[in-house]
Amino acid sequence: MSMLTPQVGDIPLPDPGPISTPYWQGCREGVLRFQRCLDCGAPTHTPALLCAACASMNLEWVDSSGRGEIYSWTRVWRPVTPAFITPYVPIIVTMEEGWSILSNLVGCEDNAVSIGQLVEVEFHHNGGPNDIWLPYFHPRSP
Amino acid sequence: MGHPFRDVAIVGVFNTKQARVLEGYDSQTIALEAALGAVADAGLEPRDIDGVVGGIASNFLYQSRIGPAWRSMSALGIPAVIEGAMAIACGLANTVLIATGEAGSYRQHASTAPWTRPTNEFVAAYGMFTAAEFALMARRHMHMYGTTPESMAHVAATIRNNGHVNPQAVYSGRGPFTADDVLNSRMVADPFHLLDCAMTSEGGTALVLTHADRAGDLAKTPVHLLGGGTDHYGPSYQHPPVWDLGGVRRPDLIAGHVGRRAAEEAFASAGLGPSDVDVCEFYDPFSFELIRQFEAYGFCGEGEGGDYVMSGVIEPGGRHPITTDGGTMSFSHGGASVQLFQRVIRGVQQLRGECISSQVANAEVAMCTGGGSGALFTDVLLLGKDRP
Ligand SMILES: [Zn+2]
Repeated sequence: MSMLTPQVGDIPLPDPGPISTPYWQGCREGVLRFQRCLDCGAPTHTPALLCAACASMNLEWVDSSGRGEIYSWTRVWRPVTPAFITPYVPIIVTMEEGWSILSNLVGCEDNAVSIGQLVEVEFHHNGGPNDIWLPYFHPRSP
Repeated sequence: MGHPFRDVAIVGVFNTKQARVLEGYDSQTIALEAALGAVADAGLEPRDIDGVVGGIASNFLYQSRIGPAWRSMSALGIPAVIEGAMAIACGLANTVLIATGEAGSYRQHASTAPWTRPTNEFVAAYGMFTAAEFALMARRHMHMYGTTPESMAHVAATIRNNGHVNPQAVYSGRGPFTADDVLNSRMVADPFHLLDCAMTSEGGTALVLTHADRAGDLAKTPVHLLGGGTDHYGPSYQHPPVWDLGGVRRPDLIAGHVGRRAAEEAFASAGLGPSDVDVCEFYDPFSFELIRQFEAYGFCGEGEGGDYVMSGVIEPGGRHPITTDGGTMSFSHGGASVQLFQRVIRGVQQLRGECISSQVANAEVAMCTGGGSGALFTDVLLLGKDRP
């Protein structure tokens, strides 16, 4: 068993593009944002030009509650590069607003993960040329 | 209207030597060796080729001075075979060479292979690579249906044993393997142990297609394309691999079943169904993907794939033997594209009856596939001995 923590090594960091800049700015401000369609109300992530439900380009950025539950997970022992400390636990989280995000689980033992586990976002300062704050998720109580 | 590929046949196939490292080769030279091998296998000369598919095949086009010729840059497996067949069916070319190879591009193994690592901003920082992407799909299936690591291990052991007895496999003679051997190998990305995963290696592969009217005069028994299809949901390894990812056009189809539409189209075009398939040359990036494919293509019901692979059908002598040369787990995984053609190569060899190991007796229909759920695409090709 080991305690899961954010990665601190020289991991690959995002290079935000024109569509995703508001997302990463939100992370910098401690807010997880997603896009919502002004025509049909559906949520969209990853950042896109088109609504995932109706292809409208009429999208707005809104703040997420930051809360969700684990949809699927894996625990990695053979790291993608030596910069990653193992084990780490990639997760897909279904957010309360109905969208999905890929992240890593932190703040618990590596064997405490399960589908349906309630989680909440936290942000970790990685820095780099784009001053990146990465969203991670830790367990929460109902 | 007749069958779209009635006038097309696969007449030449060739794998070069496959190895963990092919000393003295680079990607161009190993692909050229494959190209020459496939042309010779067909009983043809380079000058007979008037169409090529793939960036490396175009180098063959230049070196052998067979231009002017039709060319496509399509490079990744079954879609390239379908495109070559379409070129012949449409009269754009008479005889098409498809060739690829990889050597020397990945020999520092501290990191996973470059083709397994995404660069996208929403996945890379979380340590994602192919094993983790596919593991997220497998874990969801386990949660929904109770699919077990034991059933996955049985798939891996079966495929690895096919490679064990294949003198041409990179891991020839490394077995035999039991499911326990798989379960006792070190964990890579839960639920996948090392032996649940594809390897990395080097090699070249090529095939030649020509007009069916000419195929009968050539060296080997022609093999026909009974049907094919490709299902894609978007770029691989850039977005969360969500099992339930759906689309607005066909809400009944989700990413967890990717390949179902392609298989339905291929079976409809062939006038066949799963029970007609004698050889399942299914792509095997991870053991779970075989379980998933049997469900996606309709060999069994949803959630029944784990029990299905344990029922005696996938082994040599079973009704639907899988990945008979050892696949990417044991035969070869030569980089980003080579192995995506090798299910087709093996399917052709099975229907010709020329496999030196694990030959399926009297095989009439082979189902060849590529891709997988973690990559958000699956391609399907049905091969047969009879002209459609
Ligand atoms: Zn919309």
